[in-house]
Amino acid sequence: MNRRGWLAAAGLATFLLGWEAVPRLGLVPALLLPPPSSLPAAFWREITGGWWLDATLHSLGHYTMGLLLGTGLGVALGVAAALWNDLDRFLSWVIRLLRPVPGLAWVPFAIVWFGISEAAATFIIVIGVLWINFYASYGAARAVDKDLIELAEAFGHKGVWRQLVPIVLPASASGILAGVRTGLGQAWMAVVAAELFGIPGLGQRMMQASSLLATDVVVVYMITIAVCYGLTDIVFVWLRDRILSWQR
Amino acid sequence: MATVVDIAGLAIGFDNGPPVLADFTASLEARSFTAIVGPSGVGKSTLLRVIAGLLAPREGTVSAPFEPDPGRRPFALVFQEARLLPWRSILGNVLFGLERLHLSAGERRHRAFEVLELVGLADYAHRWPYQLSGGQRQRINLARALAVHPALLLLDEPFSALDAITRHTLQGELLRLWHATHTTILFVTHDLDEAVYLADRVIVLGGQPGARIIRDFLVPLARPRDRGSVGFADHVHQLRSALSDIMAGGEGI
Ligand SMILES: Nc1ncnc2c1ncn2[C@@H]1O[C@H](COP(=O)(O)OP(=O)(O)O)[C@@H](O)[C@H]1O
Ligand SMILES: [Mg+2]
Repeated sequence: MNRRGWLAAAGLATFLLGWEAVPRLGLVPALLLPPPSSLPAAFWREITGGWWLDATLHSLGHYTMGLLLGTGLGVALGVAAALWNDLDRFLSWVIRLLRPVPGLAWVPFAIVWFGISEAAATFIIVIGVLWINFYASYGAARAVDKDLIELAEAFGHKGVWRQLVPIVLPASASGILAGVRTGLGQAWMAVVAAELFGIPGLGQRMMQASSLLATDVVVVYMITIAVCYGLTDIVFVWLRDRILSWQR
Repeated sequence: MATVVDIAGLAIGFDNGPPVLADFTASLEARSFTAIVGPSGVGKSTLLRVIAGLLAPREGTVSAPFEPDPGRRPFALVFQEARLLPWRSILGNVLFGLERLHLSAGERRHRAFEVLELVGLADYAHRWPYQLSGGQRQRINLARALAVHPALLLLDEPFSALDAITRHTLQGELLRLWHATHTTILFVTHDLDEAVYLADRVIVLGGQPGARIIRDFLVPLARPRDRGSVGFADHVHQLRSALSDIMAGGEGI
């Protein structure tokens, strides 16, 4: 391992040791801060009880559905608004009004409209990633080099529809994908938030555990979310680098 | 010789502004090589955009060089900067120009390799644009335009950003391609030496705003031309005085 690797490992070890020390030395009761050494047992209980797999699969389902819908909608709207000025003008005030409302503020409506259901969770996640993708795509598609548009016209690719696939999308891919990546993280926050209100998944299980003061279980699920996010991000970066392989 | 394109009474302007070009009229003979020179900002690039059909003139017409032909484009532009699509291979960039023609995939590929051979870069077909030098990128810019078999090839200061050695090499290349493809060329430059080296005819634009043709003269020097010859220097000198007259008249920049 190189110096960078050693330092990273040392940092993590110090963090875990410090965390372990605080409840063990009695500085804080273990109930308020469960030591890391207690986590494997808690994790094992959750797995053998079947709760862990069940909650994780539910959350992954919400996450995938909400992310795909929200990202697709946000990118499509953003690119469309960038390309058609009339649509841009038409949407401008609607978006100014809707955008500042945080995803969580939609929870009451989500529950009124969809009940305590998968659809409600999906809806909150869609809202959570929609605007990030909208603005990233809008900005990227607006910034496409006008010289390349002129090049397309010079060789007969006239009109927005003929330029969309050969010019606009590849030229804005890097900016669009940056928005999608931010959305990957936002969507996990939205998943947990949505499930805290009783929709089955990691968030619901965390809520149950905390009401029983099973803080070690809460930490198990916090780590589960962190790992899920880390894995999605790693897969995404791998995919993005393949899509953008033409970049230097 | 037959006329390929008749450009008659072009007046060009933007929005409600003063005219950039007040009047441009010229007939281009088949297989001729015409250079357009003029001070920067006089409207040379704008003129090429109008001829290529990218911008509508306020007045005047550009005749169509041939009956609509699904396998050719009447005009093709070679830009000052290469404008290659970075997400496409070299081959993909040449194919981009052919995609709106009614050709089969096989014919497009055949044409693309034909022009890549012609500019000597067939071995680079599967490289990315960033892997090419500035001179090689300009060759692809040229190849992309030649691939559509244009009746009139329009070039906008294509070598101005290159170093002197590469520029001279590409000037020679362009003359070779001109002979090989029998195409007609309209070449914009601000380099007088380049105009005299390449062209049969030089049109000098001047006057701002509202530029028009100040001089239109032939360069009857034999080819290959010798930059060191007296005749060559004499022509460059004539051009320079025509341009300095424009400047002295306070019309140039
Ligand atoms: N899209 C445009 N809108 C308004 N004015 C323009 C536009 N393009 C060029 N012009 C103006 O037209 C004039 C001629 O420009 P250009 O054709 O680029 O000159 P040249 O190629 O001879 O240097 C300049 O004054 C420039 O500012
Ligand atoms: Mg110019």
